Amino acid sequence: MTDKGIPIKMEESTSLILDLIYQLKIKDVMTRNLVIASPEDSLDHIKTLMKQRNVTGIPIVKKDRLLGILSIDDIFKALDSGYMQELAEKHMSKKLVMLEEDMPLAFAISYFDKFKYGRFPVVDKNNLLVGMITSRDINVGLLMAINKEVARMEELLAQTTPVDAHHIRKMFRIRKYDFEHAGNASNRIKKLLVERKLDPKDIRRVAVAMYELEINIAVHSDGGTLTVIIDQDHAEITAKDSAPGIEHPELALQEGYSTANEWIKSLGFGAGMGLANIRRVSDSFDFQSALGKGTTVRAVIHFKRKEEKSHDH
Amino acid sequence: MTISEMTKLTELTLVQKEFEDGVISGGYTSDLLSDVIANAEANNILITIQAHINTVAVSKLVGIRAIVIANHREVPIDMVEAAQKEKIALFSSTLSQFSLSVLIGKHIHKQ
Repeated sequence: MTDKGIPIKMEESTSLILDLIYQLKIKDVMTRNLVIASPEDSLDHIKTLMKQRNVTGIPIVKKDRLLGILSIDDIFKALDSGYMQELAEKHMSKKLVMLEEDMPLAFAISYFDKFKYGRFPVVDKNNLLVGMITSRDINVGLLMAINKEVARMEELLAQTTPVDAHHIRKMFRIRKYDFEHAGNASNRIKKLLVERKLDPKDIRRVAVAMYELEINIAVHSDGGTLTVIIDQDHAEITAKDSAPGIEHPELALQEGYSTANEWIKSLGFGAGMGLANIRRVSDSFDFQSALGKGTTVRAVIHFKRKEEKSHDH
Repeated sequence: MTISEMTKLTELTLVQKEFEDGVISGGYTSDLLSDVIANAEANNILITIQAHINTVAVSKLVGIRAIVIANHREVPIDMVEAAQKEKIALFSSTLSQFSLSVLIGKHIHKQ
């Protein structure tokens, strides 16, 4: 049996999570649509019920009063010892740990940690059975609440950020050998710069640097990130991966030097032009790599100022 | 020469028909994508044997309007779909990169 505990440590949790688990009530997340049985039902009948309704524990109820719980473990025992025709009331567990529907979710979480049960019955003020709660119910309820809360926070953030509308920071995750998506990050940034009506030459420089870095991460690393910061007058692109790193960093900058395999080369990559291309289009370029430590490349591209642009024409 | 005029060339087979028409300013012939992104120009036609989806990504970045896959290389369906999404014309041909460059170059420079 796996540990049924829920790994939310009260002392280490963020205030958002603590707020949620105290605001949410057990009745907000519990299952109300109950599968119940009567004390006069046979274990065999309950086994069929469990199978049909896909549950592993069934409350035994008489006139809305909870008398006990029959779990799948009780069924296993009955199967082993051959008393499947006997009645539920004889074999159900009567030592019940119950939760009340108006208790905060935090109580349920600590119950799952304290008692190693897979489920708890939930009763109302009059001690009548109104639901059941499993750790899955808690996961689902909490996730939905977190989702709602994060959406609200994102909205709030969107309203408060445009202190500098020209400042954009975006991070893209690039996976190893994912050529299907390689180029997506570059194309998204390109679109953004086109909307900003930057000089096409500057847009091209940013696109070249980003694309080569995307491909480099996909071809040579175990995956990494590409972070782009765009301000009014420049773009800064940082590619970072944590493995495997480059054995001969000094050679990697030479045009034509490549460690790509034949398969990569057959796709038109790995010609040893990437880093040289990036350096060529950048105003500032640094590159650090060590075997076992990964690689970081940073390229900065300054945009032409509007005055300079007008001189061009 | 426009892309729709190019569709009339018997040496080319149009495999992706949903493109944004326009004048082709010149061409670039290469199988190295780093070379293409560094040196091809917007509104060019790209002649290459690289029949895969990333050729479309590079073309989009550069502003290439049409791609010709040379040497009768098979064009995978995901490449066709990507080109369709970006409204880039996609041709295939049995000719080599060299022959295609000569052929298309002649038509472009006629005007």
